[in-house]
Amino acid sequence: MATDVETRADPRLTVGAKIPIKLVGLFIIIGAILPFLLGGYANFQGTLIMIYAIAILGLNLLTGFNGQFSLGHSAFYAVGAYTAAILVYHLDWPVYVTIPVGGVVCFIAGFLFGLPALRLEGLYLALATFALGVAVPQILKSSHLEGLTGGVQGLDVFRPPVPEFLPLTMDQLWYYIAFGVMLIMFWIAWNLINSRTGRAMMAIRDNPIAAKSMGVNASLYKSLTFGVSAFYTGIAGAMAAIVIEFVAPDSFTFQLSILLFIGMVVGGTNSIWGAIFGGFFILTVPNFAEEISTGLSYAIFGVILILVIYVLPSGVAGLVNLLRVRIRKLL
Amino acid sequence: MDLFLQQILTGLANGAIYACLALAVVMIYQAIDHFNFAQGEMAMFSTYICWAMIAGGLPYWVAFFATIIISFVGGLAIERIIFKPLHSAPVLSHVVVFIGLVAIFNSTAGAIWDHTIKTFPSPFPDGSFAGLIGLHEIGMFFVTLIMLLGIFGFFRFTRIGMAMQAAAANPDSAGLVGIRVGWMLALGWGLAAAIGAVAGMMIAPIVFLDPNMMLGILLYGFASAIVGGISSPGGAVAGGFLVGIIENLAGTYIPAIGSELKLTVALILIVTVLLFKPNGLFGKTIVTRV
Repeated sequence: MATDVETRADPRLTVGAKIPIKLVGLFIIIGAILPFLLGGYANFQGTLIMIYAIAILGLNLLTGFNGQFSLGHSAFYAVGAYTAAILVYHLDWPVYVTIPVGGVVCFIAGFLFGLPALRLEGLYLALATFALGVAVPQILKSSHLEGLTGGVQGLDVFRPPVPEFLPLTMDQLWYYIAFGVMLIMFWIAWNLINSRTGRAMMAIRDNPIAAKSMGVNASLYKSLTFGVSAFYTGIAGAMAAIVIEFVAPDSFTFQLSILLFIGMVVGGTNSIWGAIFGGFFILTVPNFAEEISTGLSYAIFGVILILVIYVLPSGVAGLVNLLRVRIRKLL
Repeated sequence: MDLFLQQILTGLANGAIYACLALAVVMIYQAIDHFNFAQGEMAMFSTYICWAMIAGGLPYWVAFFATIIISFVGGLAIERIIFKPLHSAPVLSHVVVFIGLVAIFNSTAGAIWDHTIKTFPSPFPDGSFAGLIGLHEIGMFFVTLIMLLGIFGFFRFTRIGMAMQAAAANPDSAGLVGIRVGWMLALGWGLAAAIGAVAGMMIAPIVFLDPNMMLGILLYGFASAIVGGISSPGGAVAGGFLVGIIENLAGTYIPAIGSELKLTVALILIVTVLLFKPNGLFGKTIVTRV
């Protein structure tokens, strides 16, 4: 009796998981209404949260889904921001065009920096990116590039006024732009992860040697992932430069790398939407921590970070998933 | 030629700084197989403790040795309290905790001792040798050599040093022959913290004391350890001097670098060495079995 004894693969692996349409729809509706309920400053902060979320998502793709570390993503954030600023300041490009250009420049930079990553495993990559993150502010300040980057002074970025047919303030307009870009970026990430490429990325994370023997071109995928990750961070950097209307080397220090890293860990390394929470966390907690004790905000960050590793290794996203499973069992 | 000689000597003087910290980096790498990204901040914090004791009226050498002991205990405590539960956790968790420690030490030092730059006394007399290299640098050079000899002797000739090597090389077998592997790790942390403290106290008179003093230097410490070979303390010290000299020569003779892009030199050194000679100039090749 020949029966089909092979168990079928988990359908999610072959077909790809479905987007939870109801939840996403609810999220979009809430996100679209918010700017009318919030004041100007809260709008601005919401925009920054979404920008951070995009950068953290980039880091997430790299670390959570491909198992590579970066302590130097502030460098790519800076490259994105400076690309936008230079194009607007020196060449008068329209700001909207500079966002994808910033992303593409970062993709190339990330891919090229990722090439050595073929050779660098785990901690060595963390070390190389650490060096990158520490070195970049100094490069931006360098007198050789001063004509381009504005040196220590930085560059101003001017946004065009809101088009007259839109009944929005400047903050609201950019909130919606950031919201739209974020949705697109999240959609791309979702599709990427639920594709053949995404499975290859995760195979490399879980067992590089097995992945290689299955025919996955590990080095190519690793550099590509680094490039894509830098692309995300570069888009975020370009938008940050435009929204803040200013870039300066000291906004892109190693502390920014730490901040993005914290956001990734707290949100959950293995989750796409955890990045939103990560962005929320790194924007709001410093203010909150300053109220508790001035000057100690990073210490509080550090403590939270270590606690998260102990009690919530998969971040807030993991916690929510756990709760969902528990509640479903109860019902 | 004079300029060249002077740059070499200045390079050696800077190299002594990097060699000091590279020793600490290698020490912890030997013990736990990880780079400790918080090494620099730990050293900075130790140096502040020493500064506070001196400011409180203790003589230099009393504060010096008290700081070493405090740092040793502190390092031990960090391993026992924070890292022990994470023993089998993935690398990511370790990196996260290192970053957490960086944030905690940096911010706490700033909060306790504020962010103004402080001077730190040197135990060596003022002045310089033939106007070329300061006496403090020469003293630091010898302190580094003494530490290197101490580490070498410790690993080579003491039972506990051997046990530490065994615990790092093969934890399971080491445990089976009765070595307390967990405590060996803690000891490694303690020693690395103590060495880092010495490095901090030697460096502070030159770069002055402030909470961010170590970030750039740690980068150079890593670069030295990588250039020399992460598995070899002697290599790390040699790497330190080499990096110091390269940095100075590059700054002098390559006009594009000057004094502004020195951190970039470290970046390029790290990436280049990792690409072409991943085990460093003096390191052993490590083969992974499947």
